[in-house]
Amino acid sequence: MCLGIPGRVIEIYDIDGILMSKVDFDGVVQEVCLATTPEAQVDQYVLVHAGFALNVLSDQEASETLKILKDLEAFYQDLYGDQVSQ
Amino acid sequence: MTASRVSPESIQQTRLVMDEIKRITTKSWNIMEICGGQTHSIMEYGIDQLLPVEINLIHGPGCPVCVTSLELIERALQIAAQPGVIFTSFGDMLRVPGSNSDLFSARAKGADVRIVYSPMDAVRLAKENLDKQVVFFAVGFETTVPAIAASLLHAEKLGLKNFFILPANVLVPPAIHAILQSPGNRVNAFLAAGHVCSIMGYWEYEPIAEKFRTPIVVTGFDPLDLALGILMTVRQLEEGRFEVENAYPRYVTREGNKAAQAIITQVFEPVDRQWRGIGMISKSGLGLREAYQKFDASTRFDIQLAQLQESSHCIAGSILRGMAKPNECPAFGTLCSPTNPLGAPMVSAEGACSAYYRYHKVR
Amino acid sequence: MDTKLSIIEGSVCPVPISKHDHIVIGHGAGGAMTHSLIQNVFQKYLGNVILNQGNDAAMLQALRDVPKDQNLVVSTDAHIVSPLFFAGGDIGRLSICGTVNDVSMLGAVPKFLTATFILEEGFPISDLKRILVSMSQAAEEAGVQIIAADTKVTEKGKSDGIFISTTGIGWAEGSYKISGQSAMPGDVVILNGPVGNHGIAVAEARGNLGFHSQIQSDVAPLNGMIANLIEAVPDVHVLRDPTRGGLATTLVEIACQSKVTIQLREESIPVDRDVQSACNMLGLDPLYMANEGKLIVIVPSASAALALETLKKHPYGQKAVQIGVVEKGSSGQLLLKTPLGTTRHLDMLAGEMLPRIC
Repeated sequence: MCLGIPGRVIEIYDIDGILMSKVDFDGVVQEVCLATTPEAQVDQYVLVHAGFALNVLSDQEASETLKILKDLEAFYQDLYGDQVSQ
Repeated sequence: MTASRVSPESIQQTRLVMDEIKRITTKSWNIMEICGGQTHSIMEYGIDQLLPVEINLIHGPGCPVCVTSLELIERALQIAAQPGVIFTSFGDMLRVPGSNSDLFSARAKGADVRIVYSPMDAVRLAKENLDKQVVFFAVGFETTVPAIAASLLHAEKLGLKNFFILPANVLVPPAIHAILQSPGNRVNAFLAAGHVCSIMGYWEYEPIAEKFRTPIVVTGFDPLDLALGILMTVRQLEEGRFEVENAYPRYVTREGNKAAQAIITQVFEPVDRQWRGIGMISKSGLGLREAYQKFDASTRFDIQLAQLQESSHCIAGSILRGMAKPNECPAFGTLCSPTNPLGAPMVSAEGACSAYYRYHKVR
Repeated sequence: MDTKLSIIEGSVCPVPISKHDHIVIGHGAGGAMTHSLIQNVFQKYLGNVILNQGNDAAMLQALRDVPKDQNLVVSTDAHIVSPLFFAGGDIGRLSICGTVNDVSMLGAVPKFLTATFILEEGFPISDLKRILVSMSQAAEEAGVQIIAADTKVTEKGKSDGIFISTTGIGWAEGSYKISGQSAMPGDVVILNGPVGNHGIAVAEARGNLGFHSQIQSDVAPLNGMIANLIEAVPDVHVLRDPTRGGLATTLVEIACQSKVTIQLREESIPVDRDVQSACNMLGLDPLYMANEGKLIVIVPSASAALALETLKKHPYGQKAVQIGVVEKGSSGQLLLKTPLGTTRHLDMLAGEMLPRIC
């Protein structure tokens, strides 16, 4: 469940005391509530579901998944050589 | 640009991960993806076609639209039919069959039923239509609950006396617990729903993984996310580990979104809830706390519930529990199709039956 | 503002039509007010020699010019859309293009249209004029004449603003076998540009989903491009416009009619970035979104290159591309090869596209 897609915050403002923003999804702009992600800043990416930001995209540099991918690429590069890019 | 939503780089990485899954798989494993959004992606990209035959994906009950009980749908239909009510809902709820009607039919008979993108839109409607009672059908898992709680708090702040919700939210961990405890359980591991965990974190799953010695891997929705989630699960299964791991770190942390959790707890409390096709699961739903019960549409409106009847042909219950695949149902594709759904999993785009019907190769 | 009064002989009390800026029930009563509306509004914008004769029917000398081996082609279509105006078009342009395109899909040259207007009491005459201007422009672009028209007015609440039904007449070479039944294994499937724009533009204009974009409807008359295509490639097998139900539904229809399998390559199907993004956000599929200026062309593979080249020379075909092939397979099957190399089965749109949360 739970369709969520990332978009870039382009503007943050207040409506009736609630933190709102405009978020750009590749050329489509939607109003998104930041009530539960008050730390979001302009130009950051947020994950949006039903008009609400669930979370701010985090820096993945050190993540486990990235490490797995790097290891796999190295492993299969050794195994298949050039064919890996086919 | 093309209809393809994945970059060539991520396609190549997905293939690598798939190769790795094939390489390390030695036994047969049943892995349940809890989330209907994942079922949808798996079917859309044909991920299941790339897996070795030993890996069997079981589609779980993770479609909130599908598991909403007949009783709640009946309540929704009765509330929508009352004069002066604007009944608002996410789009996919409108075609879910109750015992003999759905919200589209209610609209055709004159009810003011409207599709909204966000619960905040329903609050806006209430503000603009002070002479009407605006009711929001609050379905969804933990992902959707902060939006609903924030909208309700906003309505309170605006002093709106004409905004109500019909609480139907459900929680994932009790469902996983129930599936693992059920006598015929054949699930060896779970892909936990990435967006649910984005809000709730994954600490709640640790005791479950420990108790049932079952790996649980937080997984996202793109082909590469799914492939990685499956790989990490298979690694655990093959190595005999049973941990909670995170394959969706760009949006999920162990602790989750604390601000979101705080407003959920402020507005809601766990209640027992009936899951369509599965039955009652203890503390698996969310009801309004006493201070917010004035927003509860199920007590605000007069509702008469008659005897409710599921279609006798539909095996949705077995499908939602992972005991049967949609195409094992005798009604699948014959009596039951997205045009004429007998059960909820055929309605929502992420319902297991609908996903099967739309994406699976016809045999 | 249009204030020219018609001359009504023998009338004792002048009818103060110029004071109405909304449609009232009297505009449909068939009397002086109806006449005034016809003369001052409809004929002003849609008028031509035939329509302005004001007879109960149009008598066409034009058909004498039709060569003997040509077949008459007729199509009729009702147009309702909410809202009436959206980015890139309106119900007026839609009502002309929809019917012009339907006539063109058998390889015919559309020549004449008739139009029926159902107006709701209270409908602003300024909106009506705007719609008629748009119809007139679209008709001119398509090179068709509106030769007969009718108006009725319903009580407030019994219809919704304006409904327009149009009927198109044209003719085609008797030897053409262009139809949905004619797709053959080995044929190539070509599309003239990106899909989904119309559906998203209308959804955005409705306003209830709250998003904003630069997405425009693709509504356009395709007859000019089709005429060029048929001239260059007379052995076209199928022409079809993927309107409601979108590309996927239309291709399933063709696969059923021709009793073939159609195989698409997902990466080759053009979808604009913002359209894809809007679809992702709302949980919709661009392959099922409506189009009003798209053309599916199915031709023998030997003619594919020429067909593509011809389409690309036309403004509405610049982004034309081959999206798939016709295969023997089982009848009525539409398969999509995903970028991962897997195959997905596509069916017709079940009911309507519902924005989903989950």
